[in-house]
Amino acid sequence: MFHWLEKHPFFFAVAVFVTIAFAGLIENLPNFAEASQPTIGTKPYSTLELAGRHVYIKNSCNACHSQLIRPFKSETDRYGHYSLSGEYAYDRPFLWGSKRTGPDLMRVGNYRTTDWHENHMKDPEAIVPGSIMPAYRWMFKNLADIDTAYAEQVTVNKVFNVPYNKPIPTADGGTATVKLAGSLDGAKADALAEAKMIAADMKDQDVKDMVANGQVPEIVALIAYLNSLK
Amino acid sequence: MENRPLEYDYTIAKLWMFMTIVLGIVGMLIGVVLAWELAFPSVNLVLGEGLAEYTNFSRLRPLHTDAVIFGFTVSGIMATWFYVGQRVLKVSMAESKFLMVTAKLQFALYLLAVVAIVGSLLLGITTSKEYAEFEWPIDILIVVIWVLFGIQIFGLIGIRREKSLYISVWYYIATFLGIAMLYLFNNMEVPTALVSGAGAWYHSVSMYAGTNDALVQWWYGHNAVAFGFTVPIVAMIYYYLPKESGQAVYSYKLSLLAFWGLMFVYLWAGGHHLLFSTVPDWMQTMGSVFSVVLILPSWGSAINMLLTMKGEWNQVATNPLIKFMVLASTFYMFSTLEGPIQAIKSVNALAHFTDWIVGHVHDGVLGWVSFMIIAALLHMAPRVYKREIYSKSLMNTQFWIQTLGVVLYFTSMWIAGITQGMMWRAHDEFGNLAYSFIDTVTVLHPYYTIRAVGGTLYLLGMFMWAWNMYKTATAGRRVEESELQNASPMAA
Repeated sequence: MFHWLEKHPFFFAVAVFVTIAFAGLIENLPNFAEASQPTIGTKPYSTLELAGRHVYIKNSCNACHSQLIRPFKSETDRYGHYSLSGEYAYDRPFLWGSKRTGPDLMRVGNYRTTDWHENHMKDPEAIVPGSIMPAYRWMFKNLADIDTAYAEQVTVNKVFNVPYNKPIPTADGGTATVKLAGSLDGAKADALAEAKMIAADMKDQDVKDMVANGQVPEIVALIAYLNSLK
Repeated sequence: MENRPLEYDYTIAKLWMFMTIVLGIVGMLIGVVLAWELAFPSVNLVLGEGLAEYTNFSRLRPLHTDAVIFGFTVSGIMATWFYVGQRVLKVSMAESKFLMVTAKLQFALYLLAVVAIVGSLLLGITTSKEYAEFEWPIDILIVVIWVLFGIQIFGLIGIRREKSLYISVWYYIATFLGIAMLYLFNNMEVPTALVSGAGAWYHSVSMYAGTNDALVQWWYGHNAVAFGFTVPIVAMIYYYLPKESGQAVYSYKLSLLAFWGLMFVYLWAGGHHLLFSTVPDWMQTMGSVFSVVLILPSWGSAINMLLTMKGEWNQVATNPLIKFMVLASTFYMFSTLEGPIQAIKSVNALAHFTDWIVGHVHDGVLGWVSFMIIAALLHMAPRVYKREIYSKSLMNTQFWIQTLGVVLYFTSMWIAGITQGMMWRAHDEFGNLAYSFIDTVTVLHPYYTIRAVGGTLYLLGMFMWAWNMYKTATAGRRVEESELQNASPMAA
């Protein structure tokens, strides 16, 4: 049969394709419906958090930091409860990473504070002596892209039914709602209100001034995102 | 006409050879900068505070991987296809205007894609999925380029004179189909501006969420290695080693077995990237088991190649080109043994997230992929330019410098990775963690430095290669067609 295939390129290509596609069908498809169910308490991202997630992606933070706690004692001791599939239900894309040059950040919101992140992003070596992380000072000047964050919220809400403006069950038995503004201006106002709360805990006067003037620097959005990782 | 040998047309092959060398040097140069940045973080500011946003590790890292995979390797695949394809199918590119035009179009679009990719990654426009970082407009461009590559393969096959497809052609076909399937599925995304009417026009959101996204990504990521770093490079060695050594492929049956085995087994192994993650257990086990089984078809090809040298091992001593290819095969065996070991669950628990994985990738890419592409282009040079290779001793020096570079690279990363993994999991007698995270970072400094030195040596070899290729094309002694049988003519 193989000799015959070698003389018939079309059928050869079909045979190769079927052989390589087989594994994908069997391994990938069965998981799709099940794994996208959110865990109780998992919420969609707010506009500012999503803008911060974009800053995280823009600077490839995932190249050095994982967001996946494996079920080992050493990891749960260091980072907290191991990861559950449903916790990632609203993560598009996933940000597990493949290399830990720095520590895992899956639950960093539990043990780092706004001003810790602020100082760390400005001068990592000063906060963690021996750190090889570069400084990210431009994040204090560049403005976060709220428009695109809002665009993504609208998209995932429309296309994937991500539950914005709907009650979401929380771990304590109550409910919570994540707001999606009806318009871009509304989203900007919401993001700014959230940014003001973050900036209140920060020391950098330029950042405080920018937020007071209605601007959202990247660092504020990024910290909002990092604080949401719990 | 009947008795004259075919005049093959190397116009397109030459363009891609040039691209391979340029992007190989660019990709590896960025890699060397990254290695020094990790060893000495102040290198992040090498171009000053103002440009730090674009020169720092996090922006350059995706550019490095993409430049080596889609720049250097894919160009190497193209360069060799436009050479090997004509020869094994016994047909000249010049015979088809259509193929010439589409091939030039493909190259032009590729240049456009390179510019778009470099620009967008430096600006931080990325989807963050490893080796699939490009946003949707570039993805569409890449699909067009790839379809044009398919037209080249099947177009040339369509007008061939040789009825039966040579082994290398099987592998090129598989490369085309595999990458097409994987790339399309993994890059399914929704452009957000089109749905919402707001935000950046190029931004998109993945079709898959969380665990599913990870699943599709590593099904892609692992097999981008398969169909970018394994399959097409096997295509090359099946052509170039027999040609250069004048020996027939050792076993046809073994090549059949290895090919179909590789096609069937490789795709299952992607799950080994997700061990101890939140994907279902059965899938993790499948990934682990199939990774181990993968040794068989991989070693099948490698052993087939090494046995091709049976009785002719003296050539290794006299012909540096054979040296490159034999070492490439050896590194292939080494790398395809190391990979399955890392895919064993207990080993993976230690190795995952550490530099050992980085070491594994690099002994594969530097030892196997790059050595094979370097050898392939050196074999092509005398035939394409009708000149003998400029300097044999430069080739020899390049070989030893690069081999030393690879060895320094993977040994330092083995030690670094295992040290890091052991320190992460160490507990003291009270059950507390023995080390803070930063302890596990600072201890790696010497190994990061050794790695950077190894990488720099390898890059130095790349420059030697580029110089030798350049001098061959412009200043080598002219040779006759009759001198081009088997071993490449080269100056002393």
